[in-house]
Amino acid sequence: MEIKIKLNGKMVVDNIEADLLLIDFVRSHGCRSVKRGCESSNCGLCTVLMDGKPVLSCSVLAARADGHTVQTLEGLQEEASNFVGFIADQGADQCGFCNPGFVMNTISLLRENPDPTDDEIRAYLSGNLCRCTGYEGQLRGIRNYLNSRKD
Amino acid sequence: MEHKNYKAINQSVRKKDSMQLLLGKPVYTDDITSDDALVVKLLRSPHANAIVQDINVTIAKKVPGVVDIYTWKDVPKQRFEIAGQTYPEPSPYDRLIIDRHVRFSGDIVAIIAAETEKAANKAMKLIKVKYEVLEPVLDFHTAKDNPILVHPEEDWAQYCPVGGDNKRNLVSTEFHADGDVEAILSDCDIVIDHKYHTKAYNQAMMETFRTYCEMDRYGRLHVISSTQIVFHARRILSQALGIPKSRIRVEKPRIGGGFGAKQTAVSEVYPAFVTLKTGRPCELIFTREECFIGGCPRHEMEIHVRLGASKDGIIRAIDFHALSNSGAYGEHGPTTVGLTGTKSIPMYTSNLEAYRFDCEVVYTNTVSAGAYRGYGATQGLFAVESAVNELAEKLHIDPTSIRDKNMVKEGMVMPAYYGETANACALDRCLDHCRRIFNWEEKYPVRDMGNGKVRTAGVAMAMQGSCISNLDVGSATVKLNEDGGYNLLIGAADMGTGCDTILSQMVAESMGCSVDNVAVFGADTDASPYDSGSYASSTTYITGMAVYKACESLKKRMCAIAAEMLDCNVDELAFEDGQVIRLGTDTTVSPVDITYKAQCNSNLVAEATESHASPVSPPPYMVGMVEIELDKLTGKVDILDYKAVVDCGIPINPALARVQTEGGIVQGIGHTLMENVTFNRFNRPAESSFLQYKIPTRLDMGKLRVEFEHSYEPTGPFGAKSIGEIVINTPGPAIAHAIYRATGVWHRELPITPEQIALSKPEE
Repeated sequence: MEIKIKLNGKMVVDNIEADLLLIDFVRSHGCRSVKRGCESSNCGLCTVLMDGKPVLSCSVLAARADGHTVQTLEGLQEEASNFVGFIADQGADQCGFCNPGFVMNTISLLRENPDPTDDEIRAYLSGNLCRCTGYEGQLRGIRNYLNSRKD
Repeated sequence: MEHKNYKAINQSVRKKDSMQLLLGKPVYTDDITSDDALVVKLLRSPHANAIVQDINVTIAKKVPGVVDIYTWKDVPKQRFEIAGQTYPEPSPYDRLIIDRHVRFSGDIVAIIAAETEKAANKAMKLIKVKYEVLEPVLDFHTAKDNPILVHPEEDWAQYCPVGGDNKRNLVSTEFHADGDVEAILSDCDIVIDHKYHTKAYNQAMMETFRTYCEMDRYGRLHVISSTQIVFHARRILSQALGIPKSRIRVEKPRIGGGFGAKQTAVSEVYPAFVTLKTGRPCELIFTREECFIGGCPRHEMEIHVRLGASKDGIIRAIDFHALSNSGAYGEHGPTTVGLTGTKSIPMYTSNLEAYRFDCEVVYTNTVSAGAYRGYGATQGLFAVESAVNELAEKLHIDPTSIRDKNMVKEGMVMPAYYGETANACALDRCLDHCRRIFNWEEKYPVRDMGNGKVRTAGVAMAMQGSCISNLDVGSATVKLNEDGGYNLLIGAADMGTGCDTILSQMVAESMGCSVDNVAVFGADTDASPYDSGSYASSTTYITGMAVYKACESLKKRMCAIAAEMLDCNVDELAFEDGQVIRLGTDTTVSPVDITYKAQCNSNLVAEATESHASPVSPPPYMVGMVEIELDKLTGKVDILDYKAVVDCGIPINPALARVQTEGGIVQGIGHTLMENVTFNRFNRPAESSFLQYKIPTRLDMGKLRVEFEHSYEPTGPFGAKSIGEIVINTPGPAIAHAIYRATGVWHRELPITPEQIALSKPEE
């Protein structure tokens, strides 16, 4: 079947099989930032924005995204660059495999709630698993970014 | 304590790859490999112990897109092992690429190579296998000398004398002792005597096992794999495939976490076999489920501790027996178990009059265990630290005071730790420091919150090693560049830990340049100098020392080049502040000038390679304290506060050392409270996805705070010891201790689930 998706600002038309998942669609169109960490919609690694809202691209059929806007980290480099350096300063990138999904969901958090509390950050990002950092360094990075905006 | 004024060391610089990782650049195996690679899938046995009587792939091969299917009939017949260890490996040679005898539910029966994943999966369903199903050995308590043999084969072999015997289901045995344990124990006022059980936890690194293979432009096998051990992987592939090592190149790109899982060549041999057979590029990516049912989890162990003390809490003797379940194959079996004792008993060196350590590692028909951060020390410390807490509670002595009295102190010789001396040991300061920032006096008492919940605290100490002494080798090449910067080539594997960066900091410190002027490369068997790989907490300590030595050699080499330029004797020159100086004069020669000289009519190369191995493995030390809130009705435990103080010598990069510690603590919290491993009716781990195997989220940990006490390790680079593994060891015993305080029940098996707590009753 033919689908049209506005992927990172560019209209992509493709002929796909009906059971193709959005994660495999965007990866096959060069969006290698999108990672697969499980098969059970548990890890948050594959988070992309569909019409501006975070979705797990492993749990969305590409056909479902037909006619919609999809953004991956490849398309949000500038917005991510605002804060990811603060996470790097904490050494909280670590292996990095969960970073794209975590960064995408953080972008969404900050769009919805520009000044979240620590508990709001934890709750919003609770679906983004990370096995390396123990989460504290990621939180410190986001907190330092928020504080830097206030100075 | 020596404490120098460093410029690049002990600085929290960003990881060199951090912006690439945080901005989602394509840097991992599956991001950089060919799109037209064949998809490799593995058909796994549904039986725990069976012989493949007949396997028919005729129909499966007819699926459009299927390129080939391989069975036991197609693979080489020489046995090998897949643990990443220095040759000759203690792990037994007990594997074939595909064996007719399948030994656990999940063992490999066929390799499918297809143009697409869909075709491979369809073919997998059409392979017809007739099994002769055999009775399995599932309980590791009854495995030794069981009439059912996991490895009855005649060509089983072990090339290190570690006491294995496949005709007894034994992977290895070990014994060492000091003093007369039985005599001292019988003379003790009190003996704590219990068994402690820990399970086969999964590393659950975010990037599953994966390997890509192709034939390179010279017709050699080129392997790109998510591995911690490029050189061991090359040797393993050579042994498994029966081709020379010189025909193989193994490299690792960025790795999405390892935690020891990728110290075993879990995924390498299958795609390598496919590429050799087909000549085509191919890739095998494990599903998350495959990581659970066919990965290489922690060794399940039962540890029997008898700890004898006087009534005033002087610990006089420890008798320690470990039983370890290696599962269907022997990877890392003989070595993990050794750490259970050597990384726990020596912590109580002060008054210890005798100890005895013995262990048995057995085969069972369950998923094969492997290496996991902590590597036996985690299991041993859960047992010993729990026993020490039980002793303190029984004697009504504060459990931190009992540790003050008995812990190892700087300068002590540790008989249970290869007779090594604790040259750098700040464990006493760690305990003081942790007590202070945790506010132990206030949090240790049981406080009833009046709502069915109680708050209280627990404590544990830990140690680990900094390498495998007298065995593993790290190497580094340092090259001078035209711009006065340096290239650093290593064979160690940065799996997110930041070793590429901390080793660059060492070059910057040695050569007097900025960290930004060091370009690091690793790891690739064609380009990197030999390194055992990143495991055993060794990269900072061992490869770091190789980096230091390579820099010292390069300085000498640069002086020799400068001597030619100045037409003087090299004795008149020295390397200082990043340049060569002529002693007693104002003359200097810059690295830039030295490079250009070395590139023009020169017989001297401006680079140096050095290796390093160590006769000792200096332990890092740590104290962890946890405050919990426990709901007495439901048994739910909330972590409120976790404080830890670590002595890793001089931290090369405090930010990275801190994140390592925080991450390790949260993994330990997971093992203690939620990560369970049970077996279903197919004898596979029932917890085979993140739905069932719950790793901590950011809502499952309280406030973490990590601080450091510095010591200066004289044999380490810039005073450093290790950090990577020790950090996972304190949560088990500390949380179990706090749960005892809250409920009056000692839980001696992990994890401790809410159900177990709610249904438990105090012993007396």
